[in-house]
Parts: sequence; structure tokens; C-alpha cells
Amino acid sequence: MTRLIKSSLLAATLTLAASAAYAVDAPAPAAAAIDWNAVSIFAVFVLLTLGITYWAARRTRTAKDFYAAGGGITGFQNGLAIAGDYMSAASFLGISALVYTSGYYGLIYSIGFLVGWPIIMFLMAEPLRNLGRYTFADVASYRLQATPIRAMAATGTLVTVAFYLIAQMVGAGQLIELLFGLPYLLAVVLVGVLMIIYVTFGGMIATTWVQIIKAGLLLVGATAMAIGVLATFGFDFNALLAKAIEVHPQHGKIMLPGAAVANPISAISLGMALMFGTAGLPHILMRFFTVGSAKEARKSVFWATTFIGYFYILTFIIGFGAIVMVGPNAIYHVGGDIAKGLLGGGNMPAIHLAHAVGGDLMKGFIAAVAFATILAVVSGLTLSGASAVSHDLYASVFRHGRVDEAAEVRASRITTVVLGIVAIVLGVLFEKINVAFMVGLAFAVAASANFPVLLLSMLWKGLTTRGAFIGGFVGLICAVVLTVFSPGIWVAVLGLSKEGAWFPYTSPAIFSMPLAFLCCWFFSITDKSAAANRERAAFDAQYVRSQTGIGAEKAAAH
Amino acid sequence: MDEQAVKRIQSDPNYIKLVAERKSFGWTLAIITLVIYYGYIALVAFAPGVIATPVSGAITIGIIIGAAIIVASIVLTGIYVSRANSHYDELTKAIVNAAAMGGK
Repeated sequence: MTRLIKSSLLAATLTLAASAAYAVDAPAPAAAAIDWNAVSIFAVFVLLTLGITYWAARRTRTAKDFYAAGGGITGFQNGLAIAGDYMSAASFLGISALVYTSGYYGLIYSIGFLVGWPIIMFLMAEPLRNLGRYTFADVASYRLQATPIRAMAATGTLVTVAFYLIAQMVGAGQLIELLFGLPYLLAVVLVGVLMIIYVTFGGMIATTWVQIIKAGLLLVGATAMAIGVLATFGFDFNALLAKAIEVHPQHGKIMLPGAAVANPISAISLGMALMFGTAGLPHILMRFFTVGSAKEARKSVFWATTFIGYFYILTFIIGFGAIVMVGPNAIYHVGGDIAKGLLGGGNMPAIHLAHAVGGDLMKGFIAAVAFATILAVVSGLTLSGASAVSHDLYASVFRHGRVDEAAEVRASRITTVVLGIVAIVLGVLFEKINVAFMVGLAFAVAASANFPVLLLSMLWKGLTTRGAFIGGFVGLICAVVLTVFSPGIWVAVLGLSKEGAWFPYTSPAIFSMPLAFLCCWFFSITDKSAAANRERAAFDAQYVRSQTGIGAEKAAAH
Repeated sequence: MDEQAVKRIQSDPNYIKLVAERKSFGWTLAIITLVIYYGYIALVAFAPGVIATPVSGAITIGIIIGAAIIVASIVLTGIYVSRANSHYDELTKAIVNAAAMGGK
């Protein structure tokens, strides 16, 4: 029975924010036997990445190496790493599962996740690179008061990272339990320990390369699956769609936008959270400091957009392939009965499809890649959380910059270990709790707290410390409170009465993000203090640097 | 950078040109992206039937629009990069060189 609960939780976890919109069947998987193909392929990945960590550890000497890989990552490499951060297990398994159950609806999500990237390119990438060193708080506090702004930015970072991390840890435990046949606790501990090793010893260099390798594997695996699907239909996409409409229980309805249309405000709000949340995710923003120049930062975004866009096209084909090749096939269903749900639960279509197109070996490969994906994403998240603690809170807020580099990096490593242990504990605590809302909440907080402050600090001369501080916190609190009082949490997670859930929409962003901008603006223009005038006056020098890169961080010479 | 250097760069015609061009180009592309995306969301929210209208065989308007938005995202970022790599970087180089000369 616990398996049944766990598999339904897995489905819920890996699915995205509005998973409440589609019901996931929760069949009990067959007794999980250890999948030796998957375990061996994953073991090779772990050995390879530990080797890289050893190599990276020898190159990690300074704070710049630890936080920003010495600034020596190229645009292409960074684009791949960003895509890797972005193509989480939630994207791969969750979106293909969404296409499998709801057809076209899944594509709406993919597009929302993608369109944040052009915005980052046009408005943010170059100034970010030119102004920042290690964290986005460096940029936000460039001309504002360090203590309040870094405290605010670090809070926004930690809240975003915490929600994202819990969702990934719980998903990891359940996925590994299902795919590899390992106990949940062991799986969570394994993820936590490996992540601590990568980040503490190898810092950003190891984290980046783990991410690059994983992104490459995922793109190769997903490409092979999509080709396998298309080949079955003689590379006729139309034939695939026609067959999917024929065999899917909902037939032609799968081409409708589905649950997204339930409420236009929810659709727009979710769209805002996905689009602008991307531009406020701390572990993604941090990647802009790993390249050597604004030019490389631009290339990073181009490559990231290309890989992510390509990947979402693949997940769409994979989802439709699963409708045809997994849906009607009894061997992938509980007890060999297609009336019962999929073996392993609602997020398994991609895994079963791997088996359908490539047999046990392909399935093992895709399962191992899914595990590697979670591992790489939690590493990036942890490094970003650790940097917020050591670089923003410890070095700037508590020690007021009076701390040497070695002590700061030491603090970061200690924080990584602590965060890793916290992540394991949270993963265990939340094992039986529906954490599906957490990724959505992470995006909403990023869009409502981090993004407005960051954007205005770079582009608007009038922003003052008071405006940024109040605006950022109002956005953060508003996003969290509205989410808690939405039916997705109040009723589905907390089990409280429907009357208490007074916020009816899927995502809070349509309210919380404009409110944050409004507060930033209002509390800035009414700020008549001498400090505020100095901050406005300092904008010109900041702007010159953000545009030309004069005075910006250079890549470390190795 | 001291205040004088900032003033000097701000009055550099290349800098004025760079900032004006990049600002208008960046915002134009950003607004195009926003219009495309929220136009799409509006279509999804208010006219879902249009999304499911077949164009050729089982391929619908929705699938073509969806694929077009993905391609447009890549193409728009590509356009920005190619313009920035050639034009903006040249201007930036000139500004940096002038600033280095002025500082001595």
C-alpha cells in the first residue's frame, strides 16, 4: 500500500505546478526488481563525474573558481549547462507525461518555460554579466545598500532554492525507488551525498561539467527516442498524430488546450510565472558569471534557447509516441490490464516508451539519465543556496565584507554540507506529502521577488534601497501567501475546507509580480533620503559599466 | 571608474549610439516576444477551438503555432546575438579604447 501512495506521489512531484488540473492514476507498480542496466549505466555516470570532481577540485583555488568556475566557461558550454539546469526530470518525465495524458496541453507548458529565454537575452544577459561576480545579489546591490538588499536577495534565493530542492529530492527518492529498486531512504541519501561531494570539492567547475554531461546524455537519449517513434511511422508526423487521436481515450479532444482554458486568469498568471520566473531563478542567474565576457553571456543564452526549444519539441513527440506505443500496450499497465494505470505511475510514459522503442537497454539508459538529471539539478541548486549564505549573508551582511576569500569559500563548503543534510532530511519528511505545487511556487517567488528587483536595479535609475527592499519582500510574501490559500495547497495538500481557499487561481504571479513592481516604484519615488539621492546618482557609473563592461570581472587566468 | 571617466564615456558619441541602438533593438525584440506569447495565451484561453482546428491531416493550427513560437524564440535570440556580435561589440571596443586613452 505504501508503494501505491509513493507512486502517486512521484507522479504528483514530477508533474508541474498545475498538476491539480489533470488527475494522475496511481497504480501499484510491480514489486521493484533492481534494474541492472540502469544501475550499471548510472554507476558509470557517477564514476565519470567523481573523476571530474577530482580534476575540478585541483583547479578550485580561489573564490572565483568555486563560485564562478574561474569565469572560464565558454558560451557554448554554458548554454549546454543552462539547458541542463533547465531540463530537469520534471521537464522530461513531467511534460512528456502531460502530453501522454492531455495531449496538446503539454505543449503550452513547454512554450511557457521557453519564452523566458528571449526576454533574458534582450534585457538582462549582458548587464548581468558586466555587473555581477558570483550571485545576482551582487548586481542588485551594486549601487544600493549591501546589507538590506543582500539580505532580501538571499532570502529570495533560499526560498526559491528550498522549494525547488524539496520537489527534486522527493521526486528523486521516488523515481529511484521505482526505477532502480532501491529503498526510498537510501535513494535520497545517495543523491544528497553525491551532491555534497560534487559541490564541496568541485564547486562550480564540477557542477557545470556534471550538468554539461548530463545535458548531452539527455539530449542524445531523447533524440534517439523521438527518432524511434517517428521511424515507426515512416517519419510521417501526421500519421503519428492521427494514430494518437485514434487510440487515445479522449480521441480528438487531445488536440484542444484542455485544462488550461478552465480559467483565463489562471492561464495568464501561470504564463507570467513561467516566463519571468525563469529570469529570477538564482541557480540559472549564477551561470552568467561563469563566462568570460558579455559576448559569451549572449552566446550562452542563444545555445540554451536552442537546446531547450529542441528538447521541448522532442518531449512533444515522445508524449505522442507514448500515447500510441505505450497507452494501448498491456505489458506497460498494472496487471497487464490497460484499464488500470501505467506501471510505476503517471510519470512513467517516457520510461516505458524507451522500452517500447529500444528494449531493456534503452530503458536502463533513460532511467539512468533521469537519475543523473536530478543529481545535476540538485547540485546546481545547492551551490546557489550555499553562495547566497556564504557570499551574501555571511561575508556581506554579517561580516560587512571584512572576511578573506578563503574563509568565505570555507563558509560556502560548510553551508553546502549543511544544505545537503537539510535536503536529505526534508526529502524524508516530505516523502508522503504532495509537493507538486513547489516547483510552481519556486517560479512564482522568482518572478515576484527576484526578477522585479534585479530588472529595476539594472535598468531604472530611480530605484532606491527602500523601494527594492520593500518591493522584493512584498512580492515574496504575496506569492507565498496566495499560493498557500489556493485550492492546490489549502485543499489538496493541507486537507482543509474549500471555503478557506479564497485564492482561486493556479498561480499568484498575475497579482504578486505587478504588486512587487508597484511597491519598488512607489517606495523609491517617495524616498527623499540623502542615501536615496546618492543611489540615484550612482546609477550613471553602473550603467556605463553594464553597457560597456569597463571594470567588469575578467576570466581568471589558469 | 571615477566620475570624470563616467562623464567622458557618457559624452562619447559611440557610447550614445550604442546605448540608444541597443535599448531600442532589445526592447523591440522583447515586445515582439511578449506579444507573440501573450497573443498565444489569449488564443488558448479565449478561443481554444481555433487551436484544435486541423490544417493538414491531423496537424492543427495549435501545433503549427506552438512549433513556430519555439522556432521564433531561437531565431529572435539568434538575430540579437548576430547583431550584437558584429555591431555592438565594435562600438564597445571603440568606447573601451577611447576610455583607456582618456584615462592616461
